[in-house]
Amino acid sequence: MKSRIARKFQALRKEGKKAFIPYIMAGDPDIKRTGELVKVLEDCGADIIELGVPFSDPLADGPTIQAAAQRALGGGTTLHTVLEFVSTLRNSTQIPIILMTYYNPVFKYGDEKFIEDALSAGVDGIIVPDLPPDEAEGLIRLSRKKPFDTIFLLAPTSTEERMQKVCHASRGFIYYVSITGITGTALSLDPFIGSHMAQIRKISDTPIAVGFGISTPEEAATVAGIADGVIVGSAIVKRTNGPDEELRQYLLSLRAAIA
Amino acid sequence: MPALQQLEQAYAASKKDKAFLAELEMLQKTYIGRPTPLYFAQRLTAELGGAKVYLKREDLAHTGAHKINNAIGQALLAKKMGKKRLIAETGAGQHGVATATGAALTGLECEIYMGSDDVARQSLNVFRMKLLGAIVHEVTIGSKTLKDAINEGLRDWTTNVRTTHYVMGTVFGPHPFPVMVRDFQAVIGKEARKQIQAAEGKLPEYLIACVGGGSNAMGLFHAFIHDGVKMVGVEAGGRGIAPGDHAARFAGGSIGVLQGTKSYLLQDDDGNVLGTHSVSAGLDYAAVGPEHAFLRDSGRVQYAYATDDEALAAFEQLSRTEGIIPALESSHALAEAVKLAPKLSKDEIIVVNLSGRGDKDVQHVARIRGVEL
Repeated sequence: MKSRIARKFQALRKEGKKAFIPYIMAGDPDIKRTGELVKVLEDCGADIIELGVPFSDPLADGPTIQAAAQRALGGGTTLHTVLEFVSTLRNSTQIPIILMTYYNPVFKYGDEKFIEDALSAGVDGIIVPDLPPDEAEGLIRLSRKKPFDTIFLLAPTSTEERMQKVCHASRGFIYYVSITGITGTALSLDPFIGSHMAQIRKISDTPIAVGFGISTPEEAATVAGIADGVIVGSAIVKRTNGPDEELRQYLLSLRAAIA
Repeated sequence: MPALQQLEQAYAASKKDKAFLAELEMLQKTYIGRPTPLYFAQRLTAELGGAKVYLKREDLAHTGAHKINNAIGQALLAKKMGKKRLIAETGAGQHGVATATGAALTGLECEIYMGSDDVARQSLNVFRMKLLGAIVHEVTIGSKTLKDAINEGLRDWTTNVRTTHYVMGTVFGPHPFPVMVRDFQAVIGKEARKQIQAAEGKLPEYLIACVGGGSNAMGLFHAFIHDGVKMVGVEAGGRGIAPGDHAARFAGGSIGVLQGTKSYLLQDDDGNVLGTHSVSAGLDYAAVGPEHAFLRDSGRVQYAYATDDEALAAFEQLSRTEGIIPALESSHALAEAVKLAPKLSKDEIIVVNLSGRGDKDVQHVARIRGVEL
């Protein structure tokens, strides 16, 4: 069975459009605010929402998302809270939702129970930046044949062998990290990104979304020109606790750029 | 992942590279000052009134701790791999100093990440790193200690992976670090084995070492792992075994995944990492090397803990009886020897890894004891 994510990309492809995938941190500063933000994102044309699960040691994240995670943890948000939140959210929206979480909260929850509970809550997929496919056999096996996507990361330094492995293990889309670095770093697109994309497309026809470091509509437009989807995280998280009107303006400018 | 695979290959090749091994051995001898002595602590033994206590004097290695064994090995390897820059985390500052030393020796650039709490309690080592030409970054987020220094080091490595080698200071992190760091430290046990046989004509009954990440303990234990020698790893009991008050992962932790490693971890029910406390910055860490987890679960090594007070008492006792001021980390191992030796007979032998010297801790201990310097 296809996940909401796969169906969304299929629909976009038919229309010749690219996916806008905003990221927000669940529970920053509380889960009620996250509910409001999901609505704002959807209103402003988000195709898929990436929901961060706060973790004490977010290794792949820069200062913006680290601080958001600390605020969310301070407010008591956990993986359990996030699953309950998505479950409630499903009464009002069917937008595809991906959790971005580090592995330890999932490990502690239990792989099997996590997949079961995430599916019944209405979560569509998972990104675990500190879990390479080599170590994710359990999650991959448990989610096969279910509408739940395991999304793995490729980086500018990835070898052909790595590309094969990540393409094979990824469902929904492949997450291409635009830079060598952490989230929120200034974007300097790797000169090889174009040839990497071509290499990946030879291996797999799974859509490719690009993230890390994208903050301006111009950057979003450039990335949309070569990928199937554009992920924007830190630049949005910086604005989620400010005035909603500014956030809306910003989201709409990104949406317009991702044609 | 590609960086780890590249490192794994380079490390495997270095083990067969005669020129590399010869250079490492030459530097161990002429630069680090190996072999370090195995010293019979006669007055301490008499005061404890039981087993004979020997000290493996890693405190006499260049820069004052065992950390240099690993740092020089990795610095040579990084140079061979064509890297221009070394980065490292440090808790007590000994690994930072050792890495800065390795960088100076090999002509590489060096940047060190250190938690702001540790910068405050180990200011002497911060200045040493700067003298050695390193840039020291104070890490002010999260725990402000070793754990977050590692996070920042790994973030830097992710960003600068093409030019930079990350010198992991302990037997932790993703493969091949735990194996590689153990191998570079295994010289401690190899020497101790020969030395105790020469001195006593037999192997010891016990080995004792403190365990933060666990590199000095793996270094001592590795050469004895297939013998009947009993081994004790000593964790930091801090103010006692309550969440946030200690760093005794085996006493108060459960299995988790952190920083690329599956091992025992101090964490809450939701898998977030708990705060830690120890009087010693080098042991103040929420996780423990994965090989220690294996040795613990297989029953090969026993793990105990010493509280801050016990470690401080041992720190003072060794200074007074032997004229050796030990590092607060090593004082945890000594505290276990102080408990164990009186229960053993006079013909039994304990080898304690004196992993570092205490000069760096003198100011901190003075503060704790209310002495104004």
